[in-house]
Amino acid sequence: MITKRIIPCLDVRNGRVVKGVNFLGLNDVSDPVELAAYYSSAGADELVFYDITASAEGRALFTDILTRTASTIFIPLTVGGGINTVDDFDRVLKCGADKVSVNSGALRNPQLIEDAAKRYGSQCVVLSVDAKRVEGEYRVFAKGGREDTGLNALEWIKRGVDMGAGEIVLNSIDTDGVKQGFDLEMLDAVCQLVNVPVIASGGAGGIKDFVTLFKTLPKVDAGLAASIFHFGEVSIQELKEVLAQNDINVRR
Amino acid sequence: MIVIVDYGVGNLFSLKSSFAMIGAEAQVSADAEVIAKAEKIILPGVGAFEDAAKKLRDSGLADVVIEAANKGTPLMGICLGMQLLFEESHEFGVHKGLGLLPGRVVAMSDVIPADLKVPQIGWNALHIHKEHPLFKNTKEGDFVYFVHSFYATDCDDSLLATCEYGAELTAAVAKGNVMGCQFHPEKSGEVGLNILRAFSEL
Repeated sequence: MITKRIIPCLDVRNGRVVKGVNFLGLNDVSDPVELAAYYSSAGADELVFYDITASAEGRALFTDILTRTASTIFIPLTVGGGINTVDDFDRVLKCGADKVSVNSGALRNPQLIEDAAKRYGSQCVVLSVDAKRVEGEYRVFAKGGREDTGLNALEWIKRGVDMGAGEIVLNSIDTDGVKQGFDLEMLDAVCQLVNVPVIASGGAGGIKDFVTLFKTLPKVDAGLAASIFHFGEVSIQELKEVLAQNDINVRR
Repeated sequence: MIVIVDYGVGNLFSLKSSFAMIGAEAQVSADAEVIAKAEKIILPGVGAFEDAAKKLRDSGLADVVIEAANKGTPLMGICLGMQLLFEESHEFGVHKGLGLLPGRVVAMSDVIPADLKVPQIGWNALHIHKEHPLFKNTKEGDFVYFVHSFYATDCDDSLLATCEYGAELTAAVAKGNVMGCQFHPEKSGEVGLNILRAFSEL
């Protein structure tokens, strides 16, 4: 049976991984290529690279890093950040990305989802949504969680899937950074709504949060996290061992 | 030299990089002469069957691939490239494939429980049904990465491996010098590289 996926996320700015990393054995802890190789050998099922660069120079560095990573690491790579047009899809796919994650670009121009899905297939289009509880509903936030779009998150996700998004990354702003566990309530609402893979993001503080996630919501396909992996608070090997002990199917 | 057939479908970067990683010479080509002379051929592909089959035929490369296969060149299809090797596909209508392998491609939604998601996206374990040189470095239960909504059925004795996704779905096939993987060896970590290495050593 298909396994639950564990996905570390690397924020890359000007060619470096943002957020300090303190692994033993890495010569350069903020080199995305080296960190990606480390995660791959540790058993990560997939990697997400977010390009949080603003400049053209930074973007060129990012595509270079992506190319180098994709030349040496043979697990699925998802790229997000600064994806506003089908040409942006083309740019990162040519560098070896397998999937492309859209967020603000799709909010500005929802047609992007449909255009990209038609050209590259739904399996290539990941809709990433930052959502937060506002006035009794889940609201979509833009600009890295700073701006309330007024859109209902469930309606937006449904629309995105109808337009061709093949996977959903749901990042709960309410639980993000709190390290008290994933937002099970919000994730459940999304899982009941769509039949494409749902990737949980925001709130993981430790191994038990992943166990709770997959035990409580068997329809969630993957757990994504950044800092707990980067800071070595959770090792992927150990996480997978504990998941397996709890009868959750993982790749080991 | 291994030639990866470029007929305008899918991303060939990772395949090319995978062969480079294992030290096998491989080139991407859309040139009929180059493909005809290849020692081994990889037929890749993602997307819709009808569109891919049309592109392969319109480019004239379908005949080149069939001819090479018929004279004994090892040929491996990957993902949609594997599906194209069969007689026909029932993906949005009935469309003819290359007919190099017995069987047809049908929707997995017809045979799996309704609560399972389609496409199958992710890592699943191989159940190996038959020993084959392609799997000389591969063990029962090794995980490989799948992305697909359709699967090959009625493959007769060409079936090499399946994966369990609410039903036993065809994961790999081989008949003589023609073989195929439904999963992506170029995205399946060491296990995948081992399969590509075995192919390059055939």
